[in-house]
Amino acid sequence: MTRAVVFALAVLASPALSLAGDARPTPAAVTAPAERVAAPEGRVTVPAERVEVPPPPFSEGIFPCSNCHAGMEPNRERRVLTDMHTEITLRHDEAHRWCLDCHDAQNRDVLHLASGEPVKFEESYRLCGQCHGEKYRDWRAGVHGRRAGSWNGHKTYLLCAHCHNPHQPRFQALTPKPAPKRPTRFIPSKGAR
Amino acid sequence: MEPTAKQERGMTRRQFASCTAAAAAGFLMTACGPKRLFDMPRDRLRTLIRDMERDYTEKYGTAVTVADTPPIPGVKFAYALDVSRCIGCRRCVYACVEENNLSRDPQVHWIRVLEMDKEKGIDFAHADPYYEADKVPREKHFYVPVACQQCDNTPCTKVCPTGATRVDPDGIVVIDYDWCIGCRYCMAACPYGARHFNWSEPTIPEGQLNPNTHYLGNRPRPKGVVEKCTWCIQRTRAGRYPACVEVCPVGARKFGNLLDPESEIRYIIEHKRVLVLKPELNTMPKFFYFYGT
Repeated sequence: MTRAVVFALAVLASPALSLAGDARPTPAAVTAPAERVAAPEGRVTVPAERVEVPPPPFSEGIFPCSNCHAGMEPNRERRVLTDMHTEITLRHDEAHRWCLDCHDAQNRDVLHLASGEPVKFEESYRLCGQCHGEKYRDWRAGVHGRRAGSWNGHKTYLLCAHCHNPHQPRFQALTPKPAPKRPTRFIPSKGAR
Repeated sequence: MEPTAKQERGMTRRQFASCTAAAAAGFLMTACGPKRLFDMPRDRLRTLIRDMERDYTEKYGTAVTVADTPPIPGVKFAYALDVSRCIGCRRCVYACVEENNLSRDPQVHWIRVLEMDKEKGIDFAHADPYYEADKVPREKHFYVPVACQQCDNTPCTKVCPTGATRVDPDGIVVIDYDWCIGCRYCMAACPYGARHFNWSEPTIPEGQLNPNTHYLGNRPRPKGVVEKCTWCIQRTRAGRYPACVEVCPVGARKFGNLLDPESEIRYIIEHKRVLVLKPELNTMPKFFYFYGT
């Protein structure tokens, strides 16, 4: 009987003890505002704010585009580029799309949405999200794509273009790291320990 | 009193009293005494860890810290892996080796990436962890990395004769290497092959030791103990993502707090097709596989 009482007291006291012994401050459960955008029902509120991303992956010396394009008359005719940007092969719905569907002809240093609204390269996910809405929704929730930071705090996202080349978005195959060693058969010999 | 009468009664008052005292002392020493890491008085634990840090620092030549970070209240960890994204590149395997100070020779890998046939589906009988390829993913194959599934209903902890392994309140199945006697019952009990035994002294090349360690996680292990994935306990209890999550080039690995309705994990469980491995065993893993597409 007394043991039962002592046991009950110990059980009651144990949470208090464990809390008292836990002097270490717990990391605050702060979440980046961007993550809160995705409502539990899966609806995404208007993306007015920016998501923290590293700088876009430009090729060396290509940006700002206006360095070259400033003095040029925009040629809106759909054509194969022969003088410049020949290294770009479009494999991204190329039957229906070409440069100026995403790049802005007026201001070369930005992209533009289907509505004509200019979008900075740092916010290019809004442009991609116009067609890939499902992926965009998952990306905002942190499910599509890689994230870094804290699981319960500040996170940084990658832009779509960090993993998918916008001109050829299919993910490139990788060389795998070496395979694990197969277990070797243990052959006992004299004196083996 | 006659001796015969004494024998008939069986026990004298003195014998009874000493037996009771011995039983009480035994109970005090075993049931009430300090048993595990966090049952230990804090100052004793500090001494223990200080000694450990001193020994490791001496042995490996870098300043090694051994943390004893307790579980965070209100947190239960869960993991999700996108089977439709994984390309089998094994980046996670080697990130884990470096982060968790796994033995290079003999080779210990906590993560095994299984290559499976798309035709057969998830089929362990035909899975190959030793695939070699120039480029992955290979045609007609998909990849299922398997590490500790951090079960809620753990077959492994139930068979441990010393209580060296247990489920912590944040859901991580941990091993106290100082209590492990190397009987390997847990390895036999684990249906996922997630536990690994140090058959000989683990070797870590000079200068490659990760000095940021945890008592229950990646501190250097001795020969003759079992070890397993702890979801990088030294990182996750400090608020960071596990090493495999951060290294995955396709972003297939997701980690978070199961009790937070806003976490990635909850989003996945609520919106995606989710499965666990070997559900028929009722192990209730907190490691989920899902199809992100």
